[in-house]
Amino acid sequence: MKYPFPVGKSDFIQGDEAIARAAILAGCRFYAGYPITPASEIFEAMALYMPLVDGVCIQMEDELASIAAIIGASWVGAKAMTATSGPGFSLMMENLGYAIMTETPIVVVDVQRSGPSTGQPTLAAQGDVMQAIWGTHGDHSLIVLTPATVQEAFDMTIRAFNLAEKYRTPVILLTDAEVGHMREKVDIPNPEDIELVYRKLPANEEEAKYPFGDIHGDLIPPMPIFGKGYRTYVTGLTHDEKGRPKTVDAEIHRKLIERIVNKIEKNKKDIIDYETFELDDAEVAIISYGIVARSAVRAVKMLRNEGIKAGLLKLNVVWPFDFEMIEKIAEQVHAIYVPEMNLGQLYHLVKEGANGKARVELIPKIGGEVHTPHEIVREVKKCECGV
Amino acid sequence: MRFKLSYEIRDKYLRKDMLPTIFCPGCGIGTVLQYTLRAIDELGWSKDEVVWVSGIGCSSRVPGFVDFDGLHTTHGRALAFATGIKMARPDLKVIAFMGDGDTAAIGGNHFIHAIRRNLDVTVILINNFTYGMTGGQVAPTTLKGLRGTTAPYGSFENPFDIAELAVAAGANYVARWTVFNYIQGINSIKKALQKKGFSLVEFLSPCPISFGRRNRMKTAPELIKWYNKITVPISKAKNMSPEELEGKIVIGEFVDRDRPSLDEEYEAYKKRAKKMMGWEE
Ligand SMILES: Cc1ncc(C[n+]2csc(CCOP(=O)(O)OP(=O)(O)O)c2C)c(N)n1
Ligand code: SF4
Repeated sequence: MKYPFPVGKSDFIQGDEAIARAAILAGCRFYAGYPITPASEIFEAMALYMPLVDGVCIQMEDELASIAAIIGASWVGAKAMTATSGPGFSLMMENLGYAIMTETPIVVVDVQRSGPSTGQPTLAAQGDVMQAIWGTHGDHSLIVLTPATVQEAFDMTIRAFNLAEKYRTPVILLTDAEVGHMREKVDIPNPEDIELVYRKLPANEEEAKYPFGDIHGDLIPPMPIFGKGYRTYVTGLTHDEKGRPKTVDAEIHRKLIERIVNKIEKNKKDIIDYETFELDDAEVAIISYGIVARSAVRAVKMLRNEGIKAGLLKLNVVWPFDFEMIEKIAEQVHAIYVPEMNLGQLYHLVKEGANGKARVELIPKIGGEVHTPHEIVREVKKCECGV
Repeated sequence: MRFKLSYEIRDKYLRKDMLPTIFCPGCGIGTVLQYTLRAIDELGWSKDEVVWVSGIGCSSRVPGFVDFDGLHTTHGRALAFATGIKMARPDLKVIAFMGDGDTAAIGGNHFIHAIRRNLDVTVILINNFTYGMTGGQVAPTTLKGLRGTTAPYGSFENPFDIAELAVAAGANYVARWTVFNYIQGINSIKKALQKKGFSLVEFLSPCPISFGRRNRMKTAPELIKWYNKITVPISKAKNMSPEELEGKIVIGEFVDRDRPSLDEEYEAYKKRAKKMMGWEE
């Protein structure tokens, strides 16, 4: 297969561009979107590439339509993606819930900008963490990945497709204007070297009769995609294992929702991904994700130089969340610092995880600029040394 | 062709384990469903090559009762989902079964844009002048002065003429009938299904329970009489003045043309892209 961009070598590209190329290499052949800063470059790159690789790229009338279209495409077997930013992401919430309820693999990229409302369109923020995790209504779960570099934006896009296919669920790639717009060197592997996952299809007619059951005991039903002669009915209403609406049966609702939540929860270890830096002997921990984690690495070095035993936990996945791991860290250190480009979002999860075993301090920053290492150091020192 | 009995259609196309339907006695949705299945049957289409899509509302429950692949989506968004289905698998035929509120209120934007793009889908529209499922609120089709729970003193807004809207937006085929126009209804659906690009068959359909009851027409026969009074065939309407047409609804075939459909245009676009890149001659 011929690719419209160089493969098997490195390139110096924007984060948004990296996401588009990775999506193509992950097998994405359907993109629907609506322009919005700072995510438009993903769309524009997809518009260039998709027709050349026999994929579809279409500009819809809004974000509600964009996510709807990719769900439709997924049900006929396509790997599908959309990308947006805050206001558009808000519009997607109803259909994001539909994708969760109908267990439709899709990838949604949210290149965060500052809000609420149209806020600061060109500036970065991390204000959509809670929206990504809890934005749609009802009890649910999904997967949220947080890249910090352009290379990670590339790698995590491929992973996002793989996880979506594996767990039959929407995956959010939660990045930000900083990562989206910055240019960095990215190693683009040879397509043969990329490990790709495809959704489990029904092995036979009998399996196809249970598109929402747990016939393999792994909580993930095979997906009988449309047009294969299985004649499947899919609804966002509470449904039984065969997909039949059963809206007032408490037991059926409980079973369905618990399975949808548990297929993520019980596979947490497989999904969760993080990196640590100088954490082993740390007395003070910094927990960070996305672009801010890059300042945090430097801050840890600076703190160590000043005699404060700091360490970093960089989260590459913010949902599902490893509350137990945070508690373990909290047992080891006396304080955890959470620098975030918001007034406290992941902070709440960390605090819950710490479970009172360590002090948890938020280092907030809003307005569009990433924390400098100095700012993190200053805040930590203020608390640690009373400086 | 031998006229098939209703139970033959039922046995061939309905999912037995989903019955009975949720529809009230006297509701027109089942009738339109039967017309649609008869049209498919007469065309000899396989159940495996058609996907049904719907939004939310009484009418949108239809895909659940038929033995086809079906996507029952969110309120108003059926055509946006259909865009993904059709564009990712252009060989599949797509039917969208929708309500008037679903289509013209919350889904209004998706509706006009699907038509503008000439998405190859057939919309079967149940226009019952109300929101049936939520209990009889006014819809964008409710005629002025008629009552709904959200306009208890009679609607004060101008209604949409959905068929005219579809013609103006560029649909390839548009027809409107009442559910009692049996032959015309089935023939129109047949035409619409065979048509590439966007096609719409709108049915004025009785909702005695949520709509009729509040407007002194408690039963389907009373609604039939009212439809007879307010509808005018398109041939006759051509010679009527705007004053004479005031408060009337025109029925018949509005447009029948063959503009290229979205998937055909996209095929050509892909070729153009490869040519411009020098990938193909
Ligand atoms: C986003 C959203 N808003 C409101 C509703 C509630 N709701 C369900 S059906 C419906 C209207 C249905 O009316 P119509 O589309 O005319 O179909 P009918 O029931 O008359 O066939 C509404 C408002 C919903 N399900 N989703
Ligand atoms: S409420 Fe109206 S539209 Fe809905 S099933 Fe009853 S009669 Fe039909």
